[in-house]
Amino acid sequence: MAKDKTIQLTIDGKECRVPEGTTLLEAARSLDINIPVICLHEATTSEGLCRQCVVEVEGWGRLAPSCITPAEEGQVVLTESERVIRTRRTILEMLNASVDLSQSAALQAQMERYEVDPNRFPGAKKREREILDDNPFYIRDYSQCILCWRCVQACADDMQYTYALAIGGRGHDSHITTFFDVPIPESTCVFCGNCVGVCPTNALQGKTEYLLEKGLQHNEIRARRRQERQDKRRSS
Amino acid sequence: MFNDPPVSSQLQEYLDQNRERGREMLLPALLHTQKIHDFIPPASASAIGAALNVPLADIFGVIEFYSMLSSQPRAETSIRICTTPSCASQGSGELVLQTCQHLGVDIGEATRDGQYIVEEVECLGLCDHAPGVLVGDEMVGEATLEKIFIPGDHPRSQIYGDPLYLMARAGEIDPLSTEQFQEKGGFEGLKKVLRLPPEELIDMVTNSGLTGRGGAGFPTGLKWKSCAEVDRFPKYLVCNEDESEPGTFKDRALIEGDPFTIIEGMIIAAYAVGAGKGYLYIRGEYTHSHQVISQALEIAGREGFLGKDILGSGFDFEIELRSGAGAYICGEETALFESIEGKRGFPRVKPPFPTTHGLFNQPTVINNVETLANVALICKIGSEEYKKLGSEDSAGPRLFSISGDINLPGIYEITQPITLKDLIYEKAGGVRHGKELRAVLLGGAAGKFVAPDQLDVLLTTQGTREAGLSLGSGAVVVFDEDVDMKFVLHGLGHFFAHESCGKCYPCQLGTQRQAEILDRNLRGQALPGDIERLEDVIATMTDSSLCGLGQTAGSAIGSAIKICPEYFEIEEVSHG
Amino acid sequence: MNEMAKTVRSTCPYCGVGCQVDLIIKENHITRVEAPFDVAPNYGRLCTKGRYGMDYVSHPSRLTYPMIRKDLGAKPRKPVGISGFRRASWDEALDLAAEKLAGIARENGGDALGTFCSAKATNEDNYLFQKFIRGVFGTNNIDHCSRLCHAASVAGLQITLGSSAMSNSIAEMKDLEVLLITGSNTSETHPVISTFLREAVVKNGAKLIVADPRQIEMTQFADIYLQHKSGTDVVLFQALAHVIVKEGLVDQGFLDNRVEGLEAYLPSLESYTPEYAEEICGVPAEQIRQAARLYGSAGAAAIYWGMGISQSVHGTDNAISLANLALLTGNIGRPGTGLNPLRGQNNVQGCSDSGGLPNVYPGYQLVSDPELRQKFEKYWGVELNPEPGLTTMEMVDAAEKGVIKGYYVMGENPMMSEPDLLHARHVMEELDFVLYQDIFMNETGEYADVILPAVSFAEKEGTFTNSDRRVQLIRKAILPPGEARADWDIIQDLALRVEDKLGKKQSVGFKFENSAQIWDEMAELTPPIQGITHERVEREDGVHWPCPTPDHPGTPYLFTESFPRGKGKLTSLEYQPSAELPDKEYPYILSTGRVLYHWHGGTMTRRSKLDDIYPEALVEIHPEDALNIKVASEDWVKLRSRRGEIEVKVLVTERSPQGLVFLPFHFAEAAANILTLDARDPQAKIPDYKVCAVAVEKR
Repeated sequence: MAKDKTIQLTIDGKECRVPEGTTLLEAARSLDINIPVICLHEATTSEGLCRQCVVEVEGWGRLAPSCITPAEEGQVVLTESERVIRTRRTILEMLNASVDLSQSAALQAQMERYEVDPNRFPGAKKREREILDDNPFYIRDYSQCILCWRCVQACADDMQYTYALAIGGRGHDSHITTFFDVPIPESTCVFCGNCVGVCPTNALQGKTEYLLEKGLQHNEIRARRRQERQDKRRSS
Repeated sequence: MFNDPPVSSQLQEYLDQNRERGREMLLPALLHTQKIHDFIPPASASAIGAALNVPLADIFGVIEFYSMLSSQPRAETSIRICTTPSCASQGSGELVLQTCQHLGVDIGEATRDGQYIVEEVECLGLCDHAPGVLVGDEMVGEATLEKIFIPGDHPRSQIYGDPLYLMARAGEIDPLSTEQFQEKGGFEGLKKVLRLPPEELIDMVTNSGLTGRGGAGFPTGLKWKSCAEVDRFPKYLVCNEDESEPGTFKDRALIEGDPFTIIEGMIIAAYAVGAGKGYLYIRGEYTHSHQVISQALEIAGREGFLGKDILGSGFDFEIELRSGAGAYICGEETALFESIEGKRGFPRVKPPFPTTHGLFNQPTVINNVETLANVALICKIGSEEYKKLGSEDSAGPRLFSISGDINLPGIYEITQPITLKDLIYEKAGGVRHGKELRAVLLGGAAGKFVAPDQLDVLLTTQGTREAGLSLGSGAVVVFDEDVDMKFVLHGLGHFFAHESCGKCYPCQLGTQRQAEILDRNLRGQALPGDIERLEDVIATMTDSSLCGLGQTAGSAIGSAIKICPEYFEIEEVSHG
Repeated sequence: MNEMAKTVRSTCPYCGVGCQVDLIIKENHITRVEAPFDVAPNYGRLCTKGRYGMDYVSHPSRLTYPMIRKDLGAKPRKPVGISGFRRASWDEALDLAAEKLAGIARENGGDALGTFCSAKATNEDNYLFQKFIRGVFGTNNIDHCSRLCHAASVAGLQITLGSSAMSNSIAEMKDLEVLLITGSNTSETHPVISTFLREAVVKNGAKLIVADPRQIEMTQFADIYLQHKSGTDVVLFQALAHVIVKEGLVDQGFLDNRVEGLEAYLPSLESYTPEYAEEICGVPAEQIRQAARLYGSAGAAAIYWGMGISQSVHGTDNAISLANLALLTGNIGRPGTGLNPLRGQNNVQGCSDSGGLPNVYPGYQLVSDPELRQKFEKYWGVELNPEPGLTTMEMVDAAEKGVIKGYYVMGENPMMSEPDLLHARHVMEELDFVLYQDIFMNETGEYADVILPAVSFAEKEGTFTNSDRRVQLIRKAILPPGEARADWDIIQDLALRVEDKLGKKQSVGFKFENSAQIWDEMAELTPPIQGITHERVEREDGVHWPCPTPDHPGTPYLFTESFPRGKGKLTSLEYQPSAELPDKEYPYILSTGRVLYHWHGGTMTRRSKLDDIYPEALVEIHPEDALNIKVASEDWVKLRSRRGEIEVKVLVTERSPQGLVFLPFHFAEAAANILTLDARDPQAKIPDYKVCAVAVEKR
């Protein structure tokens, strides 16, 4: 990446000069233009999933995902054109129709920014799942999962190399799961929590925090743990 | 818990033979297991993981992705009934209900004795024999309840055209006889070009003006050139026989009727770019085609047309046959690579392009079946002769798959530019039963509807582009005045929702939202604002999806909104 | 209550990786642990202990006030639980402790005291501790758990290179070309480090050799897995050296310029043929050749090791055999190479660096060196003892003989971690006085006379030094419970009282207001860290020593020009079998060690939700052996050795080779060290935790 060659392009009417290999997103950042993102994270591989970061490049038929598109010499880029805003708003509206985004401050802020109608899609199929509470460390509430893939990536080649998670289903019914949907303790999971650390919503949450947010006190949490241990012993 | 039979010795033997090849053998191993147990038991999945060094979670993800693999016990015989518009409009929906009733089960529920299960699937390439059903490994055309349990002969397409070039041999020869193949001009092209330096071959193909016949229409010579120029080895040549575009069945006819042509085309292409290994990826539902090409490959190898020093040229090339497992998206070139590599069929971000980073991240050329047949033809007759066929911007003969409410469904080889109107009325006998035409779906589900007053479009690359249309895979589905268009639209919506891989948000969410709106439209429950919703969804998918599936998922619906908006009107709600 | 959470950056208190963590604090509790993605060494990665194991800090059984044993003076002292103690004020407790310690020193001399400082406490805590013991009592009887851990690695590296730490850095791991891991179940003992090693293999095509009797998780990533018999490491690595020499894979240039002793060393390799190694180790000769070629022909190859190498009766030899490989092939002194003992505790490196050892002052300056000693004498204003003190096990010996009469134990649990526990506990019974300073009561505290409550890592400021010599900060994130105080604060208070009772006219110097001042004093006396201050560590998120001056950038990898002893020394070795091998009566090898979810004596993790996922000891038995013993997983067995017996549950797994059973040592109710034997490496004085003989019977 660190080449000596730099290139020049125009973003939202402003000139910018960046090293060759810089993405459009980074180039915009260098001009203090903050393109919204959903799936992007510094510690996971960018796969260009959410397309929230799309921008309009003059002469291109389609919008470009700025997080993975390298800037090129002489490009003229618009980061908030009508087409771009339409896509971003629609993506948020569609996402909100499928997923419980109520606990994600970042996404709520984006929804406000793009004047999203939270009820744009009546009759939408919601990806609702029961909360999975099958280990002492973290809960999985996939009703809040936005399928950003970060957890699967963190568990695999981006951080942990333990490979406990997979994507099950296909299309809209995709969901994060384990080998044959077994409870987490029966998978190869080592509870490092690196997945929780990169999850952008509360789909993955530390159990302590989850219980505190439900209003339990620390001693109640301890008592609950004791109970769970006893139940486990009894059932084994 | 779940059924978990022990690892069969058959599977263990297979794994022992293939463990060195690692993850790329995952899909074959899973298909193997599916055949043995009618599902993938956890113990087998674990054994596969241990042998091929693939994480268990990944294996489960792969099983879950492909429609023909199952992590739960199914039944010995799957009765797969096509419900995509061509077949749906010929009554496949009723057939589903009939069959379920006869067996006493729900859709997706196995009979008590574990013998049968009924599944609704997407296009099986039997459009000209609608409704089409895949019963186990047998294809049934013009399916009825009786025929499902007593299948007749394998359905073959009628082939129309005069003269025939690409389809000259199909149906006329024993597909497995290299003697008959060569009597009718087979391998002539190959023999000629093996004496040429590859650069000359590439120039010839470039000159011919050949463009890809899979739907994208990219200049073939240019693709070959980019790959040939890369100084990295090994290189791969892949044949894309994942023909799944609704309304398309031409590649199936080619493979089943004239397999050696495809082999010839592959060898030529590999020689041009310097590929030593080829993969022929054929969709899992094309069971008969799979058998035919498998035998053809074996014969070709035995007779010296494949392997080392082909025809004494010094060129080595071998072809490995691979089966898909039920995923339309695997027709997308990079998703196809992922599938061969043993992963979920997610398309990759481009660039980089396959010619520099394709299969196993190596330089790869991937060509459609029909394209390769054209390649063999060009090499036989030369680029000048070839250019006389077709048009300047659409060189060469082109195959159209015509089905639906048409008098003469089948494959049409067109060598002179023709309008859609003439194709339908002059060549294919017009709308059957004397009905009026309602609309034509051109280019498959990823294509667009053409209104009766727009049929003058010339079926060339330029002609269609000027009309805001695209040839796509050459699928032409004709709908007469009686068609339940809402039902067709709902079917298209369902198709994309079912086939979306789920990777990028616009398509993962958009195809679902689109299907929901079309569903309620079908039920007469359209809501105010539904058209605006559809338009936003379609615009988002078209503008921002990662791959061609998402980018075209709203194309047909969008065209329907334009040419037949009445089908989206909100119905009067009756009170009381 | 809707209090805003605050975030405090700190360093994980568990292992020697030294992960940087962000503690999210609400209502004085650590409610979540995050890791910053752009900071070394872990770049956002954590393991289950760092992520979810901090809740011990708020456990209700934290020590919150000083305590004095109710039956003070009763002999033999019996282990008693909390109920055997009464609450006391700090004044009473410290005065009593000072009185007792001063008394022993006055009557018998300072050498009648045995002291244990803490690889879990900060550099500042430990510096002050050894200043106290040396400066006030005039004894060098100071040691810590490194004695039971990497002492042999240190001894081996001292002999061959003159050094005592991991030579290369964690940052280099993901880019390795070839690596050898031996005697380290890295994915369970140094999980975050193991992710970088796996990254090297998966992403960068690094070639991995694993040499381990147990089929540990890292073997899944290995190109070559040498499954050698326990205790035969010298033979295996000598055989690798043999092949490297015979096949001309040595780095002649390196040997000529940087190494001595080649001539004397070469003949010693003759008999260590791969065939001989196959006989002794049980590893196919061809595999040994392959491994030797892989290591020997690499452009850069690194060696990582752990307790399998060090905790042995010939641990020093084991370490030397590894050093010989690096010296022969020039695989040291460059990035991607090195001799890298993976240090266990969060601050075992720092504790050693800060002088928590019987033979050296901070910075490994020998107590026996007159010039160096004078430097400390001058600064502290007191005459110092020139004789190296006793190591941990030697202190136990001395206590048994009555030469040592009192113990001061800070942040250690020898009553779980010493070998032959029944004997070690018995020795405790006759001591005159035991002073115990910790955050929790544990098996050692049960023998105490006075208990002083200390604060946890989250409740004080200071520095830890991780395994790759990186000095990093811990910061106060929550208020300590009750009356608990920072270790250095306690030591200071105690030291002043002892000085008073001993009638010292001049104090050695215990007037520190904060830990930064303590560091500054230590740095002044310790050249390798003279360029480091708390402020600099804060600014740079950590600094690798050696860092002799403020503008020196710190040293991620060592020995680019020379070794501390000058040239590296190739050292001849002779294979010695282990001290106690299986026989008819005790037919299995017992190997002890750790599991991912627990930490050592269990003081912390048994009080964390980590205990929920792994609540009881499991002995790992090979399926064939299990069949012979007629047990399955979850059945109970009795493990018996010549020292004692325990009952424990079974886990049948192919991780254990046939003939070897593996037991973690975290569980007091099935204490592994009841079975182990006190056989020591003669040079490092470290016990062998990896090979002794046991009988295994269905209960």
